[in-house]
Amino acid sequence: MSWYKRVKEGITTLTSEKKSVPDGLWHKCFRCKKAILSSDHEANSYVCSHCNYHDKIGSREYFTILFDEGKFEELFSNIKPSDPLEFVDTKAYKDRLEDTIQKTGLDDALRVGVGMLSETPLVIACMDFGFIGGSMGSVMGERIARAIDFSRENKIPLLIISKSGGARMMEAAFSLMQMAKTSAKLALLDRAGVPFISLLTDPTTGGVTASFAMLGDLNIAEPEALIGFAGPRIIRETIGKDLPKGFQSSEFLLEHGFIDMIVPRSALKSKLSQILHLLAEKQITPKNKSEASA
Amino acid sequence: MAYFDFEKPIQDLEEQLKKVKEVAEKGKVNVSASIKELEQKIIETKKSLYKNLNGWQRVQISRHPDRPYTLDYIENCFENFIELHGDRNVKDDKAIVGGFATFNGETVMVIGHQKGRNTKQRQFRNFGMPNPEGYRKALRLMKLAQKFNKPIITLIDTPGASPGLDAEERGQGEAIAKNLMEMSMLRVPIICIIIGEGASGGALGIGVGDRVMMMENTWYSVISPESCSSILWRSWEHKEKAADALKLTAEDMLKNKLIDGVIPEPLGGAHENPIESYQIFKSEVIKLLNELKKLSPKKLIDTRIQKFSSMGSFIEN
Ligand SMILES: [Zn+2]
Repeated sequence: MSWYKRVKEGITTLTSEKKSVPDGLWHKCFRCKKAILSSDHEANSYVCSHCNYHDKIGSREYFTILFDEGKFEELFSNIKPSDPLEFVDTKAYKDRLEDTIQKTGLDDALRVGVGMLSETPLVIACMDFGFIGGSMGSVMGERIARAIDFSRENKIPLLIISKSGGARMMEAAFSLMQMAKTSAKLALLDRAGVPFISLLTDPTTGGVTASFAMLGDLNIAEPEALIGFAGPRIIRETIGKDLPKGFQSSEFLLEHGFIDMIVPRSALKSKLSQILHLLAEKQITPKNKSEASA
Repeated sequence: MAYFDFEKPIQDLEEQLKKVKEVAEKGKVNVSASIKELEQKIIETKKSLYKNLNGWQRVQISRHPDRPYTLDYIENCFENFIELHGDRNVKDDKAIVGGFATFNGETVMVIGHQKGRNTKQRQFRNFGMPNPEGYRKALRLMKLAQKFNKPIITLIDTPGASPGLDAEERGQGEAIAKNLMEMSMLRVPIICIIIGEGASGGALGIGVGDRVMMMENTWYSVISPESCSSILWRSWEHKEKAADALKLTAEDMLKNKLIDGVIPEPLGGAHENPIESYQIFKSEVIKLLNELKKLSPKKLIDTRIQKFSSMGSFIEN
């Protein structure tokens, strides 16, 4: 398995995956506004040690948190966004893309990596909310579709980490059809019996919720995430009153039966490891460190 | 007779024609020549006008209050319709109707969004905006069709899936998602036709088919032009610009390979001549069904999945 070897050797670990926050800087919590030492915040998986707020993090952070030693091989990064409709609103989509690429160092709102999680292979497709609100366009759809195919062909479980406002309007119906495309591919993965875990994080709404994010064999959410089909603003406008407290939260979805569990980020890797080992064809116990490196 | 603003030239001519006819009724002057001339002019004006409609104008026609709805197509193009109700879980959603019927001599499952014509009906049908139980009813009926090996025809006409407390509580996202996945694997032919509005996931939720067709004066996109305007321009004022930018017409959708074909409508739109609309609809669907009936379940599923998988636009280095 070539990807396996490459991951083992670590040759594809990008320098950008390496520690990015210099020590000594302070991080101010988005919710409680209290300061935390950045290195502590990072060590705590970007969760506020005062109020438990799960900071919005991206693929770089999730890959580092989840893949063993942060090592993985990035897949399908050769697929890049285009502007099929020459869409212009208050800004041309083409310029919006260029600016966002400049600003974020990313090339679209989702990246795919394959590597080991607690010594079991895993494909992770993870969204970046910083890239046009994590919106789903053709690139996200295509990368997810190929990640699913890769999982199916190599019989490696798939984790999709969603953090998205939904469709990318500047790709209009192209964006809409990514819902059908990814769901159809998941039907094939389902038939092949390869596990698919959907992790819903803050926020997961619109076309992402109405397609792959809700189709996991297991649906897992981070605490207090906003998860829904219609956005809260639209519902508020439609019903003409404020929404009940906690409406469309992870806890609300758990109560109504749409997710299996809420897992705090600090426990995410160990919980995923437990699940993957339980679902493995031949139950395996994770080896200890010295054996693994032998 | 209600006219859209862009139909002003037709309105003027038709009013002129009415006046000339009034003169004719009073006798005396023979105006048959000018009547004929005016009628000809009206047809020509309509032809050139409707050939060059922009996105927003198509959106307006798609919402014309006299446009045929799902139950009109069922009544006029199908026989023996037996409506089936309920998702066997929560309730019966009135915004989606469906059941077995005879079409061109064979049993099919026909399912569609249903709008209402007056205030009371519109509320009863929730403006054609389904709740999760609507999508779950649709899926139940599609699986029944599969069980008895009957083709499925879905008619799409919705301003979107219902946004509300109940809908979220009962999993609107999950209901639509499940349909997308399950429809891709159904072993019977599926024909989906946008007959009015095709708004986003609410439309796609019954829209994964072997042939996805749009009637000539309909729209299909990820969002309505009004909502698009409000989100991207932060004002409702730019709906016409949004409609153009979204490339939501049948012509554009076909060009972008996001649908399989366009079903023509009578001059001026389906509401102008419903009988002719039904005839065109019927003959088109018969053709499509005959094509699909030749294919094995495996071939249907493979081709369907392949078709949706190839949708998208990106650069591959
Ligand atoms: Zn805090």
